[in-house]
Amino acid sequence: MADLFDDYPAGVAWDEMLDPATGPRAAYKHVHAALAQLSAGELRARADALARTYLTQGVTFDFAGEERPFPLDVVPRVLAGDEWEHVAPGVAQRVRALEAFLADVYGPQRVVADGVLPRSVVVSSTNYCRAARGITPPNGVRVHVSGIDLIRDSLGGWRVLEDNVRVPSGVSYVLSNRRAMAQTFPELFAALRIRPVSDYPRRLLAALTAAAPAGVDDPTVVVLTPGVYNSAYFEHSLLARTMGVELVEGRDLFCAQGRVWMRTTQGRRRVDVIYRRVDDDFLDPVTFRADSLLGSPGLMTCARNGTVTIANAVGNGVADDKLVYTYVPDLIRYYLGEEPILANVDTWRLEEPGSLEEVLDRLDELVVKPVDGSGGKGLVVGPAATRAELDALRSRLVEDPRGWIAQPVVQLSTVPTLVEDGLRPRHTDLRPFAVNDGDDVWVLPGGLTRVALPEGRLVVNSSQGGGSKDTWVLGGAPPRREPATAAVHHPVPVGNAVPIDANPQDIRAHVMQQQQTLDGPVRASSSDQEVVTC
Amino acid sequence: MLSRIAESLFWIGRYVERADDTARLLDVHLQILLEDPWAEEDLACRSLLSVMDRRLPAQGAAIGRVEVLDLLAYDRFSPSSIAGALVSARENARRAREVISTELWESLNATWNQLPSHMRPARPHDYFTWVRERAAVVAGVVDATASRDDTWAFMVLGRSIERADMTARLLTTRALAGSGGPGWTTLLRSCGAHEAFLRTYRGAASDERAAGFLLLDRLFPRSIVFALNQAEACLAALEPVADRAIVDDARRHIGLVRTNLEYRPLIDVLDALPREMEQVQRACAAASDAVRGRYFPSALTTTWVGENL
Repeated sequence: MADLFDDYPAGVAWDEMLDPATGPRAAYKHVHAALAQLSAGELRARADALARTYLTQGVTFDFAGEERPFPLDVVPRVLAGDEWEHVAPGVAQRVRALEAFLADVYGPQRVVADGVLPRSVVVSSTNYCRAARGITPPNGVRVHVSGIDLIRDSLGGWRVLEDNVRVPSGVSYVLSNRRAMAQTFPELFAALRIRPVSDYPRRLLAALTAAAPAGVDDPTVVVLTPGVYNSAYFEHSLLARTMGVELVEGRDLFCAQGRVWMRTTQGRRRVDVIYRRVDDDFLDPVTFRADSLLGSPGLMTCARNGTVTIANAVGNGVADDKLVYTYVPDLIRYYLGEEPILANVDTWRLEEPGSLEEVLDRLDELVVKPVDGSGGKGLVVGPAATRAELDALRSRLVEDPRGWIAQPVVQLSTVPTLVEDGLRPRHTDLRPFAVNDGDDVWVLPGGLTRVALPEGRLVVNSSQGGGSKDTWVLGGAPPRREPATAAVHHPVPVGNAVPIDANPQDIRAHVMQQQQTLDGPVRASSSDQEVVTC
Repeated sequence: MLSRIAESLFWIGRYVERADDTARLLDVHLQILLEDPWAEEDLACRSLLSVMDRRLPAQGAAIGRVEVLDLLAYDRFSPSSIAGALVSARENARRAREVISTELWESLNATWNQLPSHMRPARPHDYFTWVRERAAVVAGVVDATASRDDTWAFMVLGRSIERADMTARLLTTRALAGSGGPGWTTLLRSCGAHEAFLRTYRGAASDERAAGFLLLDRLFPRSIVFALNQAEACLAALEPVADRAIVDDARRHIGLVRTNLEYRPLIDVLDALPREMEQVQRACAAASDAVRGRYFPSALTTTWVGENL
């Protein structure tokens, strides 16, 4: 029988759903079977339904002045339970190591003294923030939320592409993707045991509350947004809404008497924890950029005084500097005494002797990235670049070797994705989100799968024409239910329900209708009702 | 106002609210079955049907979302399903056509006209969204165009009694299904109360607070106590000159059950939630009967005989 996958081409990269030789892989068996049943038209109809939901919900991004629904693909990405049991601890391990690194680098700097990391790497990082030295977070957490970008290479193995410990975004898409997919593919949700993601806001709030300054009971948590014109504003409002906290802008806050307050109709109210979605540079015009209107003057002083917690902490950028990234496996061994569970992608440090020459020589086959960029900014893919671009890049590398790293082109794994011609392999990555509450690093099951929609493209960022997929982690143990409620389990009573009333006049009308439909079931009910009410 | 008209108004309020509440309840019920891989579908559906006063099939026969939807969402002939309630609301509006505003009639009639095209969509969620939207349109039109006289009082009285009754049923589903039932978050969501609740308690959500919110909150319009208070206010508006010693029957039923909830420790109410909720439902039914006896006495019973053409 012809199905949607008949003309699915075998790509160069490792495909997560289909093995060219043996067909669908175990985790995707159900999804593949369900999709193969659909006709192309039905699949399109479901894709349209998804897009419509997003327009209604306002899950859109600004594209050249027009609001477009955030592209969510109809084909989910599926991870087997045991696979996730490998990934999640790997992510948690990395977060713990980065947490220890940040505490060290803004404190005693043992890592430098012990020769694991050269001092030059730390102090030359543009995101190493001297203003953050000496600020000790109340429960020792600096990376409250992190997103670790993972990829699968051509052999199906997981590797870390980059760490995001400043203001990782995208978790709102995980939550809203799940909701939209559950409404669009109810039959798949019924058949598969997909681990729920709806716990995230509660976990985040718990972690933020735990990070409150000592001695504050019932802390006030706020989400600080740059404002409605920010591209991630949807996410900020969703998080504030689902956590039930205020969403504030910089102008809603002010500092007085060594504390941070917000202006409310009831007068000022103290703020204890700020989950900020504003970059370091804009947070406090006194300490950082003086022209910033997004922050609040004096914020850093309050943080230093310990009267307010800023989450994620200021200065975290040094940990996701791409040159520090190359040292993370060493940091894991150094701080945790463990072997890294997830490997890095091989990377050239251009300042090391000989490597700049090698990279310059092979520039057309490598990926070159700026160390402080995020969102795919400034990244150059050698094989896809023009000669002029490569020449310009070459001179920039020679000028500033500290500012760049080079990596071989990794063939990201592919997942079938609905594009104009039908289902086609498209490259994907995965950003699992981790929440650290001080006792435990919790990794949200799944995460954001981003997919590069143009054919062959390896950059998946949504600012660069990327879409997303819902990520399903299968199986796992059922959550522990409180035994208290199980104990008072009432049987379903039969026959003592309170009847639902109806207007007696209607009941008569219904009897009439039923009588008449018995006589002629084909007759339209409207004509019956005319008889009744005339 | 004619008693017959008043009765129709009362029931327009009840039916529209019933469609709205049932849509909310089913929407969340289905969502939970989809999103929670460990939900016990048969048990959850059984407890829902039992609370909604439907006969349960025999123990052996498994029931799932399809059956629940057929019975509670798409049945046009039962006035306690969504479709049936919308059909009945429109019938009642026809009887009171000369009293209600054209806008209200048209919104109810349009709902009825569009009903067939919205039934049984690929995603039940779309149907529920549509029903909620129509109910909101009706409520908005009433709010914006009805004079605050008896017309208004009867409609809002019907709506408030129905709302208290349905919220009580909703809370019973929680108590009955035990660990397999919807969590408090789910219940809050189905009342549209989740966000209001989170804002009130800033995410420090405990079961007790959630229950208290749906039972007792004085500001949230879908809580039981709020709905009962509103029903009492409507009754007072209908009969402002109260007898000095005797309270009207309907007010007595509603006031009694309201104070019973309001002036007892929450923990006592929660301990015996199914029984307390049954009392609320019975009080609503009794109040509805009392309203009928007081305002809509129907002396003559007209029976219609169908013509066999």
